[in-house]
Amino acid sequence: MNQSNIAMRDHSAESALFVRRVVVSIVFVLALISVLFLNLYYLQVESFQVYKTRSNDNRINVLPVAPNRGLIYDRNGVLLAENRPIFSLEITIEKIDDLDKTVTELAELLGLDQDDIDNFYKQKKRQRRFKPVALVNRLTTEQAALFSVNQHKYHGVNIEAYLKRYYPHGDTLTHTLGYVGKINDKDVIRLEKEGKTATYAATRDIGKQGVERYYEEMLHGVPGYQEVEVNNRGKIIRVLKFVPPEPGKDIYLNIDLAMQRKAQKLLDGRRGSVVMIDAKDGGVLAMVSSPSYDPNLFVHGISSKNYNELLHSFSRPLINRATQGRYPPASTIKMQMSLLGLNEGTITPQTKIWDPGSWQIPNTSKRFRDWKRWGHGWVDVYHAIEQSCDTFFYDLIYQVGIDKTSAFMKQFGFGDYTGIDIAEETTAVMPSRGWKRARFNQPWYQGDTISIGIGQGYWTATPIQLAQATANLARRGEVIVPRLLKSIRTGNGSFEVPPDRKAPIVLNNESYWQVALDGMYGVVNKKTGTARKAFADTEYKAAGKSGTAQVVNMKEDEVYDADKLAEHHRDNAMFVAYAPFENPEVVTSVVVENAGGGSSHAAPVARAMFDAYFAGKKAADEAKLFNLPLVAPQSIDNANLLAPTEAGAQ
Amino acid sequence: MERHQENTIWYKLHIDLPLLLGILGLMCISLIVLYSAGGQDMDLMFRQIVRLGFGLATMIFMAQLSPNFYARWAMPVFLVGVALLVAVLLFGHVGKGAQRWINLGFFMFQPSEIMKLAMPLMVASYIGNKSLPPSLKHTFVACAIILTPTLLIAKQPDLGTSLLVAASGIFALFLAGVNWKLIGVAVAGASAFAPVLWFFLMHNYQRQRVLTFLNPESDPLGSGYHIIQSKIAIGSGGIFGKGWMQGTQSQLDFLPERHTDFIFAVFSEEFGLVGIALLLSLYIFIICRGLFIASQGQSAFSRLTAGALTLTFFVYVFVNIGMVSGLLPVVGVPLPLISYGGTSMVTLLAGFGILMSVHTHKRLLAN
Repeated sequence: MNQSNIAMRDHSAESALFVRRVVVSIVFVLALISVLFLNLYYLQVESFQVYKTRSNDNRINVLPVAPNRGLIYDRNGVLLAENRPIFSLEITIEKIDDLDKTVTELAELLGLDQDDIDNFYKQKKRQRRFKPVALVNRLTTEQAALFSVNQHKYHGVNIEAYLKRYYPHGDTLTHTLGYVGKINDKDVIRLEKEGKTATYAATRDIGKQGVERYYEEMLHGVPGYQEVEVNNRGKIIRVLKFVPPEPGKDIYLNIDLAMQRKAQKLLDGRRGSVVMIDAKDGGVLAMVSSPSYDPNLFVHGISSKNYNELLHSFSRPLINRATQGRYPPASTIKMQMSLLGLNEGTITPQTKIWDPGSWQIPNTSKRFRDWKRWGHGWVDVYHAIEQSCDTFFYDLIYQVGIDKTSAFMKQFGFGDYTGIDIAEETTAVMPSRGWKRARFNQPWYQGDTISIGIGQGYWTATPIQLAQATANLARRGEVIVPRLLKSIRTGNGSFEVPPDRKAPIVLNNESYWQVALDGMYGVVNKKTGTARKAFADTEYKAAGKSGTAQVVNMKEDEVYDADKLAEHHRDNAMFVAYAPFENPEVVTSVVVENAGGGSSHAAPVARAMFDAYFAGKKAADEAKLFNLPLVAPQSIDNANLLAPTEAGAQ
Repeated sequence: MERHQENTIWYKLHIDLPLLLGILGLMCISLIVLYSAGGQDMDLMFRQIVRLGFGLATMIFMAQLSPNFYARWAMPVFLVGVALLVAVLLFGHVGKGAQRWINLGFFMFQPSEIMKLAMPLMVASYIGNKSLPPSLKHTFVACAIILTPTLLIAKQPDLGTSLLVAASGIFALFLAGVNWKLIGVAVAGASAFAPVLWFFLMHNYQRQRVLTFLNPESDPLGSGYHIIQSKIAIGSGGIFGKGWMQGTQSQLDFLPERHTDFIFAVFSEEFGLVGIALLLSLYIFIICRGLFIASQGQSAFSRLTAGALTLTFFVYVFVNIGMVSGLLPVVGVPLPLISYGGTSMVTLLAGFGILMSVHTHKRLLAN
């Protein structure tokens, strides 16, 4: 440093200048730090709530937790639908580099077939991004073990555990319980419409048919959620809060599994239906549609091959014949027709008509045949029911006319939904002038009316309708509603669902009921009754009515010969019955398609059902008496099923 | 009071105790925050401790050299620095999209760091040699001295460092007593120059940073992500903070660069406004101590060097906190003595070494 240079300078002035500048600097520094601090104060104090919320939005995710589906039991507490843990192999597409290679390798490892692979690619197209797609819906233990050993090679492929619906009794209850299946596009649209999307956020399956569908809301439950802390990659760090889901309600059906099994066994795979309902409250004890199929197939997504087989099968197993099968009711409605005649005053209990074997509309040449070609001779209303005389009812409806018939029969439930608690139901047809006009755009002809008198023509009914109509008759005008749901399990007990009732049928004279019921009693108990053989030596007193429905129209002179007809042209065998006669407890309706005469092919089924019911009841009473555990009756002999047939009764 | 200190052991060791304590205080905070921000990574902690140790050693070493030594070497070092900056532009190693490094084989080296010290020394030695306040001519020469390395560094591009280097030179000039009118003219000129800077000199990414700064919410997941997450971290800290290692923004990785440039956000989230007040007080203390040392300087060179280094330290603080809290655009300036990172830490501590040198070599001069 140059000393002379320094000597020339005014050091104190320079120093003072510097200090002034330092003071300015300090002011400047403090001012700027104040600005920083004020801004930080603004962020941390004034805007604290805003940023706290945004910070929580960052880190907290709310994940829905699916509720466990409610279980379904029969009336005795036998489990009909349960939830089982299953393991599925799922692939998160976005995490896989070479998807095709991975799938091929896994297919080889786990022994998958082309169907599984095709299914996977099909599902993949529909799946949302970053949601895993199942390659195998249900891993076997071996497959799970095989994959676990090799898991390290497959990043993005995971085994997931779920609870899946399982129906332990397979095809026994298919049409009644229905089934659950994967929520599809249609379900999503419906859920959106009903504003339930959030409720199903974590749910995979939804009731598709039967009870599972009808009571979906009750069975599904309320989802819970968990609040989780996630990092910026969405990885869950910890669970902050867990609100458990409220599981679906467990429900008890009126179904008695033993009766259901019995009915299925009696039909033995033949096309047809057996319904048994409680005459007092409408509770459905058994409802079988045959043939059936395994609902568990649908739970895991049925293969297209299996589905097509079911869909195109001649015997149409997918249809619930009990509620969707439309059959001509045939002679099973002759009691109700009698009531109509009595009520309208066209007949009295004493009225007798001469049956020569056929009937003609006055002043025409059109002849309506009786099933008995040589005729029943003089018949009154009792005989007409007992022997199923057609001529009597041709004449009856000729006098009453279609309008009154249609209106009267609708009171018994024909042509309307029974109100049974499943969605798969048809009204079938109770024809009327208006109906024919709307359906065929044709006027009603008198000829149309006559065959209605014997439950043929345009008239169709479902087995559940027949059971309902018979119950209404047995209860002398009380109109019951068939119901599957018996009770709902609550915290410490169960809530019994009260039976539904419709407006009762009121006749001009209460005594008419006895006339029709006595006729029905005669069918199974009098020696002239058409179904006396089937109901021989019962320990209870039953009443019933057979029906043999023509599937194809026959010419006036044609003789019905079952052996000559193609199977699907043969008559449908029908039977309705109730027991005990004095105090009706149970009603049954039986339809066996193309089996032949009702008395010989349907009545034994009804008899066997009653036998099973009363045997079961007896066993239950005894068990109660001796305080023994209840054992389902299994030893009801099938002798009646094999009994020699009588002539087709109609 | 100072005279009483002249015989203490610290004075003989050429260490200014208040400054050292302030620095050690910041270093403690750095380690505490880093432990949390780095996810309890002990390797990271160890590396930082080694750096702090190396930095402190450098500081003590720099404090042993007298101000005269620095005045003598200011010009040569400055020239070598400029030469290296040119070399960087020609043969430098590209890292993180900018050409800042020279590879010395065993060591990656940033010449711009030398400039952080060389600049105030050079300007102070140039201006301090003349009588003060500086004449117009000397002011312009000083401006040229400032501008050359600034532009070279900006060209790399390293906006943050060029800003700090320019600031250190400008502060020296300001403290020398440049006419206020001239300062007014310079500010007006710089304002006029801003559009030129914007349209012709700035890189696209730099323009984007400014735009993002003006409206971070325009691209919340892209360029605005850093600043939005940083503000969320600070704001959600509240008055008392979420607690040490409890900052969700930082612990759950929402906050980027959280142990380097954005470490202030981690600190604010976990310690709140109370912690910030403490931290800012510590910074103010160090700055005031630095300016006090400067005002006590025996020569113009000492005063200017000490004052410029101290004010540059303040610029670090202001720019970093300003950008992390959304007041300034994002430029890569670390939070001094807190952020994880070696080079700038060592340079800063070397600067404090020079400050201590200024404060503890007076007797030599007086004699």
